Amino acid sequence: MLIEFIPEVGHFALIVALFMALVQATLPLAGATLRKPLWMAFDRPMAAGQFGFLLLAYLALTLSYLLDDFSVANVAHNSNSMLPWYYKLSAVWGNHEGSVLLWSLMLSGWGFATAVRSRYLPRDMAARVIGVLGLVGVGFLLFVLLTSNPFERLLPNVPSDGADLNPLLQDFGLIVHPPMLYMGYVGFSVVFAFAIAALLGGRLDAAWTRWARPWTNVAWAFLTVGIALGSWWAYYELGWGGWWFWDPVENASLLPWLTGTALIHSLAVTEKRGAFKSWTVLLSIATFSLSLMGTFLVRSGVLTSVHAFANDPSRGFFILVLLAITVTLSLVIFALRAPKVGYSTSFTWFSRDALLLVNNVLLVIMTVTVLLGTLYPLILDSLGLGKISVGPPYFNALFVPLTVIMCLFMGLGPVARWKHMPPGELSRRLWLAGAAALVLGALAPLLYRGEWNLWVSLGIVIALWIVLPLVVDLVTKLRQAKSLKRGLSKQSLAYWGMWLGHVGLAVTIVGVAVVSHYNVERNVRMSPGTSVEVAGYRFTMTSLGERRGANFIADTSLIEVQREGASRHFTMHPEKRLYLATRMPMTQVALRPGLFRDLYVAMGEDLGDGSYAMRIQYKPFVRWLWLGGLLMALGGIIAVLDKRYRRAKAAEKSVQGACA
Amino acid sequence: MRAKRKQRLLIVLGLVGLAAIAVGLTLYALRANINLFFSPVQIAQGEAPIERQIRAGGMVKVGTVERDPTSLDIAFTVTDYVGDLEVYYSGILPDLFREGQGVVVVGELQADGRFRADQVLARHDENYMPPEVAQALEEAGYSPADFQTQRGQSDAADE
Repeated sequence: MLIEFIPEVGHFALIVALFMALVQATLPLAGATLRKPLWMAFDRPMAAGQFGFLLLAYLALTLSYLLDDFSVANVAHNSNSMLPWYYKLSAVWGNHEGSVLLWSLMLSGWGFATAVRSRYLPRDMAARVIGVLGLVGVGFLLFVLLTSNPFERLLPNVPSDGADLNPLLQDFGLIVHPPMLYMGYVGFSVVFAFAIAALLGGRLDAAWTRWARPWTNVAWAFLTVGIALGSWWAYYELGWGGWWFWDPVENASLLPWLTGTALIHSLAVTEKRGAFKSWTVLLSIATFSLSLMGTFLVRSGVLTSVHAFANDPSRGFFILVLLAITVTLSLVIFALRAPKVGYSTSFTWFSRDALLLVNNVLLVIMTVTVLLGTLYPLILDSLGLGKISVGPPYFNALFVPLTVIMCLFMGLGPVARWKHMPPGELSRRLWLAGAAALVLGALAPLLYRGEWNLWVSLGIVIALWIVLPLVVDLVTKLRQAKSLKRGLSKQSLAYWGMWLGHVGLAVTIVGVAVVSHYNVERNVRMSPGTSVEVAGYRFTMTSLGERRGANFIADTSLIEVQREGASRHFTMHPEKRLYLATRMPMTQVALRPGLFRDLYVAMGEDLGDGSYAMRIQYKPFVRWLWLGGLLMALGGIIAVLDKRYRRAKAAEKSVQGACA
Repeated sequence: MRAKRKQRLLIVLGLVGLAAIAVGLTLYALRANINLFFSPVQIAQGEAPIERQIRAGGMVKVGTVERDPTSLDIAFTVTDYVGDLEVYYSGILPDLFREGQGVVVVGELQADGRFRADQVLARHDENYMPPEVAQALEEAGYSPADFQTQRGQSDAADE
């Protein structure tokens, strides 16, 4: 009896949360404008209440999953009594309705966190920020309740069992990838709220950036981890060994990441130098709008991919309207309230300011090219001009050279001084690093089985050109200190964050360059006894078998792998699974991971005569891709811990040291 | 003040120039990398270009899948029930490739009218039909829903 009551509690909590969000969106904003402290005072309690009730709703849905309440349509469509409990937990967000609920929960969570931290803000600023977050919350809660209610019931004909979770999603990667990604997407709503609040209040100063920066960094770090996890998941779960497909859904997550990266850098200039103010605000708006657009693309069903759960046009339309309202409204506010263009500061072309400007311009160009390639087919299709697709060559042809150009400037950025730096001094400091990067980069590929490849070489040169100037800079800084220990501790956490972030990108670039060109793939026909050699490893199929899992049956194979010249060998166990509830086949890849190479064996189709099609791959440095992503995210987090953000008063003198 | 204004003009010109280059490159890259979709009947009527990367799709005709006994070469016919397209491919097929199911193939049409596929796509969903395929079928006078319900019923019969 009690079980059947749970979804109703959830549904009710969702409605209460909507009303709290409505109050949160109206009273504090009006109170800030009309200077009514009592109205403003509704902000924090409402933010907390909205979060509390959404948490209740979310827990109710989770409980319905755990208790196999198939009277809830959402549970019946996406779960099954045979599903292991941890997949029941993750199945909550493995579908459209649940994932939008998670989105809203996280939004209110960020709102709550902002409310908790808002006691450092001026009263009206806090009310406005929380109010804007409330507005976004209203939009999403309406979306959930009107188009995607996760608590819809199947009464009175309750199915006896559920349809099961898509087997592709029954995986650890799925447990962690969407929440991370959403945290990133949604997190940008905070800096968006800060930007709008600052425009409304006419308070766009250094203090503003100091409040907004930590939130941006944290959201960006989550998004980075989310994208890296998605790439990792695609790599081992889809069975092709690809790690980035330029799939529209991947692009949708990359777009806010690119503008978010630009935002982090332009915030640095705004804080340190008071420049680029309007630009920073515009980037905040763009980043959040692109997050919304990503949600629209993924949730509307205009795209076909693993991520597109629902093909309900009304949902797509709703998000599109939400997106249109957000963009229009914020741009109107921007147009009316943006700070008058009056450069109080000046800088020359040889300064960190200028280099960061170049960084921003390049990142925006990258965003535009990716956006164009993603939307072009959709626009043509909606105009009835034909079905086309834009393939990876387009993206590679544009993205790779742009990245290279950006990295050239990235080497200079951290070393350059604000305002002005004589070009002679810059080149004096960096010529050695540049020469070393060129020589080492040109030679490094030779270490790799003696095969020289121009592109790998270029990748390593670029990566070294990012890392070596950072090392030079650090050494110079340490020399100025009395002792090594004191020098190390004197550097601010923001500096170390920048350091790690940049090194992370270099690590990713090395991974991309090496795995793209030294990857070895062989598709072969194998039966027990067959052996193949791939990249110095001998793969021998020793036996085929069958096994039964919790909710699937699998054809298994045993592959013995021996490295050339080594006596030891190990085994790998790729599988071909058939999930019982959905009758869906799935490839379970066998992986032998390593820091410098992955071995990757996937079982293809049964060829009928006791042999199988097998895909065997040797993937050098593929782990570096994701390792770099983790380093970048770590950098973002470390920078947030910098002590200047912990100070209550914003007007204090700026802390020395560079910042990312 | 003059010098400053001049500098600002330079900045603006530089940005405009960069943007122009970017747009030019983008459009060029787009033109070179667009994959158009053709249905088998369009290909049969000679609408598709030869030896350029295109996409084609339809249903895998039942009983046409032929494997080479020693390698991973495979040939099959894709149909929209009006025109047929012979496709050959070497490699591993997606998990959901099956006779009677919708597929999209990416590759080049050869002079002999056969299609050399570099990629075969089938989606991880039993009732899914690539939208291009559904539209091609509709244009050929069939309702995609018919095939889906047929499939659904045969699935139910399996269980």
